[in-house]
Amino acid sequence: MISHRLDTTFAALADPTRRAILARLASGEASVAELAEPFAMSQPAISKHLKVLERAGLVSRGQDAQRRPRRLEAKPLSEATQWLERYRRFWEGNYQRLDALLEELKTTQKKRGHTKR
Amino acid sequence: MKNTVKKRAESAGTVVTTPSEREIALTRVFDAPRSMVWDALTKPELVKRWLGVRAGWTLDVCEIDLKVGGKYRYVWRGPNRAEMGMGGVYREIARPERLVATEKFDESWYPGDAVDTTVLVEKGGKTTLTMTVLYASKEARDGVLRSPMATGVEESYRMLDSLLASTSAGRGK
Repeated sequence: MISHRLDTTFAALADPTRRAILARLASGEASVAELAEPFAMSQPAISKHLKVLERAGLVSRGQDAQRRPRRLEAKPLSEATQWLERYRRFWEGNYQRLDALLEELKTTQKKRGHTKR
Repeated sequence: MKNTVKKRAESAGTVVTTPSEREIALTRVFDAPRSMVWDALTKPELVKRWLGVRAGWTLDVCEIDLKVGGKYRYVWRGPNRAEMGMGGVYREIARPERLVATEKFDESWYPGDAVDTTVLVEKGGKTTLTMTVLYASKEARDGVLRSPMATGVEESYRMLDSLLASTSAGRGK
């Protein structure tokens, strides 16, 4: 389940405009018009991006019925970073064990007096 | 002197990048000649010592038929009888610098086979390992490592970090 949600999260994050929208929302909620301002894009185009972000649970709508401000939801983002970090950490763990093994092999080789390459 | 060099190599750690939309690449420096790293990647008795053998997991099956067209098969067993298997076929073998093989997990969470290319470059007694995994499609790659990768993982991290920092600060969480 989490992995399905991550799919949606990462797909939503794959677009630079959507990342810029999130960055803007990180500094506080904003209406569609306010969000459209800095981009050379129409409000409907921005709304389309917002829909993707909403589906991914990254953005929600505020109370004000008229402005309908969008706000950032942090939880899916933190799951996404955790996943990436887990991937890196998994391999770093492997490679640290490999470090130890290589040290051992070097010691053994020295003892045997091998100079084989 | 040797210790300083080693420390520096280790502190760099594993770097994850995305060379193209279908790939994930890992880079890591090892303080050993590449023939030794090669052995550790291709000899079953050595692979069993490090690959995926974290907390309670052992690499129980490790069969390697190191020739072009030859197969490899890994099965890990973990706590509560958990089991994870994968394998593939060797496509290119150029000891001790380049190894290409397909990979497929028994219960794969991404579609199609992936192709792993491992390149070892030795300089001053140290070896830089780069493992690039090429997935069948962008969708498959994204299934493994979905992220705003066009500009690289590092930037994504920084962006997500700053987003998270500012959100939690903003909400007084």
